[in-house]
Amino acid sequence: MEHEPALGRRAFLKVSAVAGGGMALGLMVPGLAGATEEVPARLSAWVEITRTGEIIITSKNPEVGQGIKTSLPMMIAEELDADWSQVRVAQGDWNPAVYGMQVAGGSFATPVHWLQMRGFGAAARAMLVAAAAAKAGVAAAELTTAKGVVRHAASGRRWTYGELAGDAAKQPVPDPTKVRLKDPALFTIIGRPTTGVDSARVLRGEPLFGIDVRQPGQLYAVYETAPAHGGRLKSADTAVASAAQGVVAVIPLKGNGQFDGLADGVAIVASNIWYAEKARGLLKAEWDLSACKGHGSADYAARAAALLDAGGGIDLRRDGDAPGKLAGAAKVISARYAYPFAGHGQLEPQNCTALFDGERLEMWSPTQNPSAGAKAIATALGIPENRQTIHITRMGGGFGRRLMGDAMVQAAAIARAMPGKPVQLVWTRDDEFARSFYRPGGWHQLKAGIDKAGRLVALTNHFATFGADGKPARSAQLNPAQFPAGLVDNLLYTHSLMPTVIPTGPMRAPESNTVCFAYQSFLDEVAQAAGKDLPALMLELCAQDKVIGNPGDPARASSAFVTARARGVIERVLADCGWAGRRKQRGRALGFAFYFCHLGYFAEVVDASVVRGKVTVHKVWVAGDIGSQIVNPFGAENQVRGSVVDGLAQALDQQLTFVDGRVNERNFDSYPLGRISATPEIAISWVKSNYPPSGLGEPALPPVIPALTNAIFAATGKRIRSLPIRLG
Amino acid sequence: MGALAMLRRKPVGDSIVSEEKQFSLKIDGKVQQISAAPDMPLLWALRQEAGVSGPKFGCGAGLCGACTVQLDGTPVRSCQTAVGDVGGAAITTVAGLQGDALGERLVKAWLDIDVMQCGYCQSGQILSAHALLKATPKPSAAQIDAAMEGNICRCGTYTLIRKAIRMASGQETGHGA
Repeated sequence: MEHEPALGRRAFLKVSAVAGGGMALGLMVPGLAGATEEVPARLSAWVEITRTGEIIITSKNPEVGQGIKTSLPMMIAEELDADWSQVRVAQGDWNPAVYGMQVAGGSFATPVHWLQMRGFGAAARAMLVAAAAAKAGVAAAELTTAKGVVRHAASGRRWTYGELAGDAAKQPVPDPTKVRLKDPALFTIIGRPTTGVDSARVLRGEPLFGIDVRQPGQLYAVYETAPAHGGRLKSADTAVASAAQGVVAVIPLKGNGQFDGLADGVAIVASNIWYAEKARGLLKAEWDLSACKGHGSADYAARAAALLDAGGGIDLRRDGDAPGKLAGAAKVISARYAYPFAGHGQLEPQNCTALFDGERLEMWSPTQNPSAGAKAIATALGIPENRQTIHITRMGGGFGRRLMGDAMVQAAAIARAMPGKPVQLVWTRDDEFARSFYRPGGWHQLKAGIDKAGRLVALTNHFATFGADGKPARSAQLNPAQFPAGLVDNLLYTHSLMPTVIPTGPMRAPESNTVCFAYQSFLDEVAQAAGKDLPALMLELCAQDKVIGNPGDPARASSAFVTARARGVIERVLADCGWAGRRKQRGRALGFAFYFCHLGYFAEVVDASVVRGKVTVHKVWVAGDIGSQIVNPFGAENQVRGSVVDGLAQALDQQLTFVDGRVNERNFDSYPLGRISATPEIAISWVKSNYPPSGLGEPALPPVIPALTNAIFAATGKRIRSLPIRLG
Repeated sequence: MGALAMLRRKPVGDSIVSEEKQFSLKIDGKVQQISAAPDMPLLWALRQEAGVSGPKFGCGAGLCGACTVQLDGTPVRSCQTAVGDVGGAAITTVAGLQGDALGERLVKAWLDIDVMQCGYCQSGQILSAHALLKATPKPSAAQIDAAMEGNICRCGTYTLIRKAIRMASGQETGHGA
């Protein structure tokens, strides 16, 4: 049940002395570029202990608001027996040779680092203990550690970690995968609600975010691109814009035509972003928009309907004989579900600061995935990765949008045209909406057959989605293992693809944030038809203890499923909300949904009312199982509450529509985000299970959407089959 | 890339932007001289001419509240306020809440329950909350929601924003959301 560590099993720790009598524990990864080179101790250090006892822990992963800059260091500090108040956390630069994968996405940082980070802390602790044992001439077993101090109880002697750090640096380094880890019952840091390491700095207004980066002589740029997706630059008249107030340069750039590469555009560089944006209005650019024709929301809906009408599709999974069983079923339920394109709306717009000195590129980037930017720059601009330095800044949200390197490529291209000048590219909100990697819309034809006893005997789903050459577009696929696959004997999943020029990509709980709505709403219909309710149907499907897929493999996380864990959260949320004793009330009801993704099991119940077509959500109950341990309860509960607020806003308000490749919604007036007055009470219960802890960036989001639509059905009798919810 | 750089710097030309002027801005108790076009939004004057990083750019249209600052104690959207209209008003950013008793109570409550996720909107949130408590020391739940409605938190920390405001106003204590 262990996850492959983030850095692979061959990584080993290396110790160095730090000037002034400290120790630095770094990591070497054989086979990775640069691993054999001597890296300065400070740069490669994961854990550094200074003579004064300060403990500096490097957090390698990007911090996007998910709290990883606090929770990964907590894992190290716990096993180190550090005094948390003496811990300082530094953000690591992009450096795959030292840090391996540095990505904020997929909710997998917690499971893949859980043992590894603790191993690092335990290794450092063992070296401090060994140093104290040598100093005191006693066996290591006679020594204990707590809060940054080694004690010898028998003699009453004690040494601070700072006092021991210089000697500890001379001790042999234990193998962090073999070192003994603590009994979780003894944890004092892990599991304690812990305020984020940068929270106080944010509230002092310190410049922590990408958009706050200021380099000497820095200039600011906006980048005008085609007004519709798939457009190419024909010509640009830049004379008027070049003469505008504050403008330093106007630079037309030819893109490489690649999805993730550099888009055609015109950069306007000025002394102040506002001058650049004003001058942008003076540009006269001609675009070839012929490729964008016919790529609109209405066009896609019509094509999808035709594909679903035609039936069939390419097989994704075929168990038993679903069509045959449907033909012979006592009752067949059939319905179509649809949801629109959506956008991330992270509050800090895309930006990146870049400086090119003629040879090397240095960047300060709010990126969830620095490697993606580096690769895209190498491909589009020919600046190899080993001539790029990327400082990862704190991010004002990401939700998947910053997994792509597009803004980094643009900033690099502009900086390359102006060697020696640091340039900060900033997108406006309009840019954000106009050129995203959108959560794709989708259309499902679902059919279910139930037998005379009301059992679900067959399920089919024909999914009309985007893609070309038999391959779905990014984040537009249906997982063949999608629940309840493996629990229904006769099951058929197929898809039909249609091409799109609109870029698609992951948005928080990708695929799940839409598919869960379709499946859990449809299964609610099936349950009604079978004379029971959805939780009863779910419990029936999960009644037998089964493990489907490989739950220990993070790469296949969404395809592994443990029925007992599902039952645990379902039963818990039903108890929490008093489901069995719920009262029938006109216009107000509870709705339920369950979902599993990113190794997390979540059952949620929404209490909603509908008055004259207006939906009010009063309360949401959440029961989640993410394993044996909550690392930081503050961060964990915040992720759950945020997921609920996010999901409700998606369900109630959010859609992006297109006409000829051009998005209509351009700001938060036409694409509303959740606000405080719509935020319900949220009650969270954790169901602990004997599995390694997993992540929380995503899995709590999907079920709140169908829990709401199912509540609306229970309250009004109106079944919601397309999003956003519109009650006439 | 065939980049065609036209390096040139002209003062005004036939631009749609008015000519730069000198302004004395009172920011968090200190006077700072900056040079900017009078119609430049205060947000960009603060961030890029005065070197202040608390107020954030979110929407540029007064819809999200990330750019909130106080002018003489009143919360305004600095992206919708021209620097030329500020005059001698005292500008308070989140950094200016230090040393202010109510401001420090709010910051403490914000940290005690760790309200923030990404934190990008929180400077605007706390400045709106500060103005609320100044006018209404013990706000009701409805008053809190009404005062905070203009500040979007994309991470959805509203439950804790409500709680921190109640804590700072002495209406709630301790942990346990």
